[in-house]
Amino acid sequence: MSSALSSTAQKLMLREQYGTPEQQRETVTLGMWIFLATEVMFFGGLFMAFAVYRMRFPQGFDEGSADMSIVLGSINTAVLIASSFAMALAIHSAATGKQYRSVWLLLTTAFLGVAFLAIKFTEYYQHYEAHKVPGIWFETSKPEAGAMQLFYVFYFAMTGLHALHMTIGITLVIIYALRAAAGSFDSEYHTPLEALGLYWHFVDIVWVFLFAIFYISGLHT
Amino acid sequence: MSTLVKIPAAETPNYLTEGRGIRSWLLTTDHKRIALLYLASVTVFFFIGGIFALLMRLELVTPASDLVSPHTYNELFSMHGIIMVWFFLIPSIPNTLGNFLIPMMIGAKDLAYPKINLASWYVFMLGGTITLYSMFRGGVDTGWTFYTPFSTIYSNTYVVGAALGIFVSGFASIMTGLNFIVTIHNMRAPGMTWFRLPLFIWSHYATSIIFVLATPVLAVTLLMVAVERIFQVGIFSSELGGDPVLFQHMFWFYSHPAVYIMVLPGMAVVSELVAAFSRKTIFGYTFVAFASVSIAVIGFLVWGHHMFVAGTSIYAAMYFSLLSYVVAVPSAIKVFNWTATVYKGSISWDTPMLYAIGFIGLFTIGGMTGLFLAALGIDVHVTDTYFVVAHFHYIMVGGTIMAFLGGIHYWWPKISGRMYPEGISKLSALTVFLGFNLTFFPQFVLGYLGMPRRYAAYPPEFQSLHVLSTAGATILGAGYLMPLIYLFWSWHYGPPAPPNPWRATGLEWQTSSPPPKQNFEITPVVTRKAYDYEGMKDELGLV
Amino acid sequence: MNSLQLLPDTASTFAVQWNWLFWMLVAVCGAVSTAVAVLLIYWTLRYHRKNDNEFPQQIQGNIKVETAWTLIPFILFVGMFAWGAELYFKIEKPPANAREVYVVAKQWMWKLQYTNGQREINTLHVPVGEPIRLVMTSEDAIHSFFIPAFRVKQDVLPARYTTLWFQATKPGKYHLFCAEYCGTKHSGMIGWVYAMEPHEFERWLEQGGAEGSLASTGEKLFHQFGCSNCHHFDSQGRCPVLTNLFGHRVRLLDGRTILADETYIREKILRPRAEPIEGYLDSVMPTFEGQLNEEQLLALIAYIKAIGPAPGTQQPTSSGTSSQSLGQQPGIAGPGATSISGSKPGDR
Repeated sequence: MSSALSSTAQKLMLREQYGTPEQQRETVTLGMWIFLATEVMFFGGLFMAFAVYRMRFPQGFDEGSADMSIVLGSINTAVLIASSFAMALAIHSAATGKQYRSVWLLLTTAFLGVAFLAIKFTEYYQHYEAHKVPGIWFETSKPEAGAMQLFYVFYFAMTGLHALHMTIGITLVIIYALRAAAGSFDSEYHTPLEALGLYWHFVDIVWVFLFAIFYISGLHT
Repeated sequence: MSTLVKIPAAETPNYLTEGRGIRSWLLTTDHKRIALLYLASVTVFFFIGGIFALLMRLELVTPASDLVSPHTYNELFSMHGIIMVWFFLIPSIPNTLGNFLIPMMIGAKDLAYPKINLASWYVFMLGGTITLYSMFRGGVDTGWTFYTPFSTIYSNTYVVGAALGIFVSGFASIMTGLNFIVTIHNMRAPGMTWFRLPLFIWSHYATSIIFVLATPVLAVTLLMVAVERIFQVGIFSSELGGDPVLFQHMFWFYSHPAVYIMVLPGMAVVSELVAAFSRKTIFGYTFVAFASVSIAVIGFLVWGHHMFVAGTSIYAAMYFSLLSYVVAVPSAIKVFNWTATVYKGSISWDTPMLYAIGFIGLFTIGGMTGLFLAALGIDVHVTDTYFVVAHFHYIMVGGTIMAFLGGIHYWWPKISGRMYPEGISKLSALTVFLGFNLTFFPQFVLGYLGMPRRYAAYPPEFQSLHVLSTAGATILGAGYLMPLIYLFWSWHYGPPAPPNPWRATGLEWQTSSPPPKQNFEITPVVTRKAYDYEGMKDELGLV
Repeated sequence: MNSLQLLPDTASTFAVQWNWLFWMLVAVCGAVSTAVAVLLIYWTLRYHRKNDNEFPQQIQGNIKVETAWTLIPFILFVGMFAWGAELYFKIEKPPANAREVYVVAKQWMWKLQYTNGQREINTLHVPVGEPIRLVMTSEDAIHSFFIPAFRVKQDVLPARYTTLWFQATKPGKYHLFCAEYCGTKHSGMIGWVYAMEPHEFERWLEQGGAEGSLASTGEKLFHQFGCSNCHHFDSQGRCPVLTNLFGHRVRLLDGRTILADETYIREKILRPRAEPIEGYLDSVMPTFEGQLNEEQLLALIAYIKAIGPAPGTQQPTSSGTSSQSLGQQPGIAGPGATSISGSKPGDR
């Protein structure tokens, strides 16, 4: 625990309702974990619905999955894992007082996040060209057309929600990079970065599961 | 009653006087002021929902659909349900009494995230505005349950708008639950261990678990309904091979725990009231605490009991029936513990106690009729009839709303610094109790006679029961109007209240009425357990 | 009929059993509620605060009492569960020899069809003393078929068949209600059930059916839509033989077996290439989606049921009697639907 009245304490912006910096840190962290629990339930609802239909229409869902570009999906997975690595390093840098490095690592994280989105939107465009966007333009001559369209509804809904979470995350990472550049964090106080890191890793993990259900499941066809 | 002389407020600064003007209220981060913002909002929503109910009951006086058209009636019951569930019952106790009292009861200055608390009120108001706009622009007629494929394909009303409004307000629920959990974990005063917490806190903690885990599922379900309506294709319609019953599973996975969101805070209040007005520690404190958490946990496992005739497998139905009986056990434990608390107590018949006793009686009846519904063979007949309508109104109106009113009266001195008028408040409690029973007891009979719910017109042999019910509704309405008037009155004209008018235990009574902005002049250090009348005997002047 | 009726009609075998369970619950729950209310009122009066400073004895709790009022309710609850489940099992398992009536629900009416071809709207005639099984589907939203006097109710779903069965015990005229909110005229989607003495019912049934039995209508459709071009009755055709299909299990390409019930037949007609059958990887059967309405689908299903055994041994009849053949085993417990809860039809 830090002693009172260092410049750190000033940067700490100890909020009025807390007694100690340690209390504030624990509170922020606990809050983020609970928030992530709500996100698990949010995505979880769709994962469960997907699982139900996948059991019912294995062929149609496989046909949809076979459509996906395993190359682009794998690249995206690698990009996101790299971005999580960058984020973890950014927090470590902040914790060891290397402010300059943490700023650059945060910007790298954001950049990789944007790269992910760029690839994702490229894929969306490819689906559009192939007439595989339910509700807008969907055509297929495959036998299980209904189930395949159902697959695509899940695909766009779930990856779309994921992309929304990515966008929010990227925005926050950039804001925090700017704050880090302005000197808001140091080795004793970087709790907001830790909380953001948790969020970022979570969004990454959601992608890994999305990758599994949408890209990998139809590989064998 | 005293003459109408405006009695000046207390001289010492308190949370009401520190900071004046509308900006200080709309930009406050003080949990007590936010509680009052919520109180104003939920009161408005309650009366809007109440007017819809009154219109429904007026229509139902005659068998034919002659007061309003069937379509309008369908919109009325839908909007009544939506407003009452999401914009009154769910926020009522947690966001008013919970917000006000949780920091005080644990000896903290504020919640863990005061700004998120304020944001939650704005999010709630945004959701409410969107929903009300949809209602007045064109209405919604899907029922508060939004069953597909009617809601996604066949309804011609503002489904997307209503769903969106509820979706937005769900985030306010999540923010509140998150705030409460973290606060209760991390912000307790020194010495306030878990088993020294008032039972109000335990119940709100259990409620908050449900807030954070169940609400996101509703969000994603309503989102998919909106997607299906907008894009004309989705996961619930049989066109693509989807299953409309999947919607029911997803919807009830949230909505069953949601009913525990609505009743657990009521139970929280009742624990406090029974202890205070028996001047006795709650019998079986630990059991009541664990019962609250059990209700929250097991409540996630029973959603299928809304679907016994929906086309699911009989083995699933049997599982859900059994679990529904299991979840009734902790509720029964609580009722018995409250009753045992009264035994050999020192009972005072103040208005809050009237509401508390009313809660225990009416919640027991509501809960018992839940046992009927959990019995598979019985449910086949009474599901989707007025039996179910009566059951849930006994719990939510006879239960939650009575508890809400009891709590508002009990903590009114703390919140406003004034005493409410005891004579008229007793009269209105009695009016509410009688009006309520006259409204809803006949509905049990209507239900087992076979009258289906959501019917604008009905066979003539059911009329007498409907007339009784409507008569009760008007009495009930009068009973609700009375507190609105006299509580407002007492804010300026009621006699000033002392710090602890009820001579209750609890940290909130250790500070002034109204409290200072930071709740306590000095952070309390807790050495007593909850309801420690024995230890506080001298302090409270009891012999 | 404006008099205050306090007891519902009891007109089926289920209703009698339901009444027993219901009044038992009323007695038990009534007793407990009364006990709680009496104790509360009595104790709050008896222990009324005598003076402002009164301090009562503090009682923390009592483990024995807690255990008692946890275990005793739980045991009672298990008893209630068991009795309720037993009744439910009976309600959900129609007997094999039940007479079938087909129901198509749409906003906002009930269309009923008997196997002899007799049709009616919003009315159901049934003989007393004979089990009746309804096979139901919806053309649009979810509805629910509810006969309060018989204590039966079942949601009626689109794209699927659900079933409901009962045995009437008392002749009379009873309400039929739609019990799942389905839009504007939900409260107008009502009708009457007439339970009649068996000989009167036979007389009534013979009046209708001029166009022939449901199965014979189905047979005509079978030829009209070209099904007979592929589905021969010997194994010479390119397509699965349909005799002796209904009620038996079918092996799918991916190894699962599925029961050939009403829903299966309907799915195969509308979406033939979904869930391919073993031995028919490249299905050439065209889809009939949009070409057949629900009544025609039911007629075809009735025909498939009728040709249970190979033709020549039993013809689908066009008389007033049920055209169910011997080899038939509807025997599907409960709603004969592929349910979301994961169970396959028939494996109950």
